Amino acid sequence: MTTRVLDTISPDEMMTIAAARALKDDDVCFVGIGAPSAACNLARLTHAPNITLIYESGTIGTRPNVLPLSIGDSELCETALTTVSVPEMFRYWLQGGRVTVGFLGGAQIDRFANLNTTVIGPYGEPKVRLPGGGGAPEIASNSREVFITMTMSPRTFVERLPFVTSFGHGKGKGSREALGLTTKGPTKIVTDLCVLEPDPDTRELAVVSLHPGVTREVVQTQCGWPLRFSSELMQTPGPTDVELGTLRALQERTRRAHGAGT
Amino acid sequence: MAEICSLADAIARNLNDGETVAMEGFTHLIPFAAAHEVIRQGRKRLRLVRMTPDLIYDQLIGMGVADRLVFSWGGNPGVGSLHRFRDAVENGWPNPLAIEEHSHAAMANAYEAGAANLPFAVLRGYQGVDLQNVNPNIRSVSCPFTGETLAAVPAIRPDVTIIHAQRADRIGNVLIEGIVGVQKQAVLAAKRSIVTVEEVVNELDAPSFNSVILPSWTISAIAIVPGGAYPSYAQGYYRRANGFYKSWDRIARDRVTFTRWMQGNVLEQGPEAFLGHRFDVVEALP
Repeated sequence: MTTRVLDTISPDEMMTIAAARALKDDDVCFVGIGAPSAACNLARLTHAPNITLIYESGTIGTRPNVLPLSIGDSELCETALTTVSVPEMFRYWLQGGRVTVGFLGGAQIDRFANLNTTVIGPYGEPKVRLPGGGGAPEIASNSREVFITMTMSPRTFVERLPFVTSFGHGKGKGSREALGLTTKGPTKIVTDLCVLEPDPDTRELAVVSLHPGVTREVVQTQCGWPLRFSSELMQTPGPTDVELGTLRALQERTRRAHGAGT
Repeated sequence: MAEICSLADAIARNLNDGETVAMEGFTHLIPFAAAHEVIRQGRKRLRLVRMTPDLIYDQLIGMGVADRLVFSWGGNPGVGSLHRFRDAVENGWPNPLAIEEHSHAAMANAYEAGAANLPFAVLRGYQGVDLQNVNPNIRSVSCPFTGETLAAVPAIRPDVTIIHAQRADRIGNVLIEGIVGVQKQAVLAAKRSIVTVEEVVNELDAPSFNSVILPSWTISAIAIVPGGAYPSYAQGYYRRANGFYKSWDRIARDRVTFTRWMQGNVLEQGPEAFLGHRFDVVEALP
């Protein structure tokens, strides 16, 4: 199924395609902006045409022809089954337990899939002030499970987070249960190099699949803690013609729609 | 009953220095023209409330009209940082900005509690996260029936809420459609409210019996400002100027460039400038 264009595929494209594959046709997916939005729409345009995509602006069952720049572009509302108010979105649909997958990005992640999107340095004296949590803290706690997609580097995959914006598996097994959380939390992290999943016994992330052409050594150099690798380490299948063609057409339509920003 | 008047009069009569003001609109219908008028009238020490500060509060903060901000996501959507917001938080420029930070779920609930005349909102949220360690307004309550611990945040009760809407009728009833965000809750939670609209019509022609309509008697003042949500958008009138959102990154990154842009495009302009913006975006449609 892999193609002749494999040599030219970028790590970002492989990340989006691998992330899209994690979604099922009957999922109800709360979509984070950026990398998750590309992956979720690629899934809808390939193997999961009936997936329900929800954006926090209140759009339910949206089918955008181009990727939105913001979570509230008119394209999302115009192509949605229905659009509800923001309080209703967070109360009835997310807190109400209707969301099967919350798909998040992040600035930093730790070995237990906790996320930081708030601050680098002390909160009161920030070195870099990031945008903050937005919908993510409650997407992470109220979705039945959480997928995360982000680019791997020693600055993003860190030993210790300066701030926990969204709770993953805390300090390991039992952390979610201790807080009364009944949802699964992060079950899959898709990066530009590999796929990681929490170990069933410890909840520490372990690499379960390496993308084509990527070695264990390369992955380790891009991670700030000593990585664990699954005893059944797989290789991520390369992209199909349909996956890569659909993604590139989507990105091209998006580029034309949003303008360059002069 | 809403008074239909000029934007300058609407702001002058309804917003005072030091007050708490919410300018809402979740990506859609952001009241930029009204914010520019607030800047031109030189309001000071405002306590700003808004889920997503967006470019509108980047501009207000950079011009020094605010000393406090309540918010839940402070970025330029799909682009990156809000540089004026960051400069205020990281460096205190042009003045220190105190922040009270929440999640979207908490702020949406807090507006709803305000509209419902309740003292606080309750939600299943904030479990295990650090925000509750840095924001003393994130607390908890026990469910009196099950004992479950739930998060609690104070209701949002602005002195003034400012929104932009598609249209009003001549009595001052206002229609909002598309992504409706938290505008209804924010208006009903506030003591006073100002609405800018694309147009005033004889009949609202609401698309359904259940359309979002704010009755005239819930609104203090209405000003007609075509294009007043630019560079955000008004569904049915003009699209979001995504190119401008990208350009803002360069404009706002540098203090001098920002100040010059605000001088030429805000301080030396009036609300009528937004009419041209609207046509720019319509003509730019593919």
